[in-house]
Amino acid sequence: MNLGSSRNLVFLLSSMFAATSANAQTLAVGAVAAEFKWLTFLVFGLIIALTMFVTYLAARRVKSTQQFYAAGRSVSGIQNGWAIAGDYLSAASFLGIAGLISLYGYDGFMYSVGWLVAYITVLLVIAEPCRNIGKYTLGDILAFRNDPKKAKTVAALSTITVSIFYLTAQMVGGGVLVKTLIGIDYEVSVIAVGVLMLAYVVFGGMVATTWVQIIKAVLLVVASLLLVFFTWMPYGFSLPEFLQAAVSDPKVQAQVAKLLGDPATQMSASELGQRFLEPGLYLKSPIDQISLGLALVFGTAGMPHILMRFFTVPTAKDARVSVLWAMGIIGGFYVLTLFLGLGAAINVGALKISAIDAGGNMAGPLLAQYIGGGAQSMLGNLFLAFVAAVAFATIVAVVAGLVLASASAMSHDIWVGVVKGEHATPKEEMRAARISSLIVGVIAIVVGIAAKGQNVAHLVALAFAVAASSNLPAVLLTLYWKRCNTRGIVLGMSMGALSAIGLVLVSPNMTYPNLVRATNTPLVASAQSKIDTLSAELASATDPTTAAALDTALKAAQTLRAVSQTKIDQVEGQTRSLVGLQAPLISLKNPGILSIPFGFLCVVLGSLIGRRERRSEDLWEELYVRQNIGLHAEGSSAH
Amino acid sequence: MPATTPDWAAIHADPRFADLHARKSRFLWGLMLVSVVFYFLLPIGAGYFPALFKIKVWGPLNVGLVFAFSQFVVAWGIAFIYERRATREFDRMAAELCAHYTGVQP
Repeated sequence: MNLGSSRNLVFLLSSMFAATSANAQTLAVGAVAAEFKWLTFLVFGLIIALTMFVTYLAARRVKSTQQFYAAGRSVSGIQNGWAIAGDYLSAASFLGIAGLISLYGYDGFMYSVGWLVAYITVLLVIAEPCRNIGKYTLGDILAFRNDPKKAKTVAALSTITVSIFYLTAQMVGGGVLVKTLIGIDYEVSVIAVGVLMLAYVVFGGMVATTWVQIIKAVLLVVASLLLVFFTWMPYGFSLPEFLQAAVSDPKVQAQVAKLLGDPATQMSASELGQRFLEPGLYLKSPIDQISLGLALVFGTAGMPHILMRFFTVPTAKDARVSVLWAMGIIGGFYVLTLFLGLGAAINVGALKISAIDAGGNMAGPLLAQYIGGGAQSMLGNLFLAFVAAVAFATIVAVVAGLVLASASAMSHDIWVGVVKGEHATPKEEMRAARISSLIVGVIAIVVGIAAKGQNVAHLVALAFAVAASSNLPAVLLTLYWKRCNTRGIVLGMSMGALSAIGLVLVSPNMTYPNLVRATNTPLVASAQSKIDTLSAELASATDPTTAAALDTALKAAQTLRAVSQTKIDQVEGQTRSLVGLQAPLISLKNPGILSIPFGFLCVVLGSLIGRRERRSEDLWEELYVRQNIGLHAEGSSAH
Repeated sequence: MPATTPDWAAIHADPRFADLHARKSRFLWGLMLVSVVFYFLLPIGAGYFPALFKIKVWGPLNVGLVFAFSQFVVAWGIAFIYERRATREFDRMAAELCAHYTGVQP
């Protein structure tokens, strides 16, 4: 049955892709030229076929809930390290950070640091204790010494909230990305991501998800290493020479001049170039930076899909080894993105990168195309196709991890733990797990399509802020503080999550129609006047090099006008934000600096106020001993 | 899984467990504090002391870039230090306690 269904899925997908490639000419233009589209689909097809084969093998193994949720706890430390990296390095890190570096230099690189430092918290205080006392979910950890039904309900709600925020960002980002890269319809790519991910999760559970994440992480690292090798080689692998090439590049200098505006006129060309390697071109508010840093450093350890990975290894020691590997891979990858970003700034140029995608997401793919020999060459397009396929695999792998985490919260915590009072047969729980995965997967596809065109970038930061303000205080205090009890975690988790969401709803992240019009109307006007000037110059240009340069600048101005005009059109007839505000109440974009301490405070207050709880204090000694020495930890299926 | 339930209160009261707990807590929370403080020096430095970050040390390489690179080295260093200490000391102490109370290795 599994095999038949997998075949049907593959057929469905391949016919979907075939149909789109036939229409490729008529659809929106992607970064890949129409005559090379077949190459992209070939590489996509190969990677999908490989992951489907792995899922087919996994489906034969996944017979029990322990296999479905935790891959039988038989994943090795090294494998889990790669899988964590595959689960964590989303398209935002792969394409987004390289893009930020290519457009804003130093600030993009600085932004990447917090994503690695986050794993120190995971390593030191979360991974091993959670492995020692947990079973499958965040709810299991919190239910250990708190009231199981209440703890599982609140943990499941929080897990689903965090996962849906993160999922939406991934689905929308993925849809836009695939459309930009290869020009297939947004809806088609959202459905393709959703259907593929569902095939992995429903048939192969955690076993297939783990292998898809490992394959994706290996592909990502190989692609990045190759790109960096060829980018850095012309400079004899010397860091100062490479940096010198960046600061003395006229395209980099022009980008800095554009970002700085008036003050740039006082600066020499070399000063402008050097400015690219200095802070402040992108991140203007230090408090927001610190707030985001807090959300990353404390939120990663509270991410349900990351926590879940620690239940797949046999022992706490393997959990530790897996974080070490993950830190090596994730950190190494972020160091590589510096070279990818600067390489794209030198070889492709900020103008061309932002002409295709204003957020800079195409920096990495365009660099790949350049290194292979450019837009007209076969090799260049093969490289581009490879990077595009890796980006696609990235989205699918991250989404699969998120769906599995929320599905397990739904079936294991809510259905089995709360509704059935732990009285479900293994067969029933297995069915519940698969049905939950289907439900979450369908929600992800529907939300992804519904949120088309919305600005969802802040949803990733919000997911981390909620995890840091709600999940982390509850887990940390359950593990390390004797007086922590059910009232504390229920109050702390609900208040932590609500405060993070509430602060974002009144923050500048939301759309304020009046402000959008005020900002974008002058932008449309200035872009229009630039278009007029450039068109006139282009008409009279005789030299082909000048004409080409003018043409690129003209296209960039046209994109800018179109983007600004779209923003104005989207808020037509509106005056108030989603929660009815004309202007933001706070200037903080990232709520962490307020909501994280508030979450901790609520857990503490909730625990201290009112009657003391017998169960949570009686079980403290057992929990504290077990989390430290690993006695009675859930064994692997080999036992 | 062993058939008998270990006496958790007895293990908790065991001086060897108290010793493990004390060593682990000091070490872990100390490392945690060091890493968090070191990390937040980066956004604080970039935001409030940009002049310092702009000082060039090796060609176009400036203090800010070196400091950002050092974040990676420090994060890896902390992970490495923790791994060594945990494998050599904490794992051994935990295994001894497990063996003493159950007669089997965890």
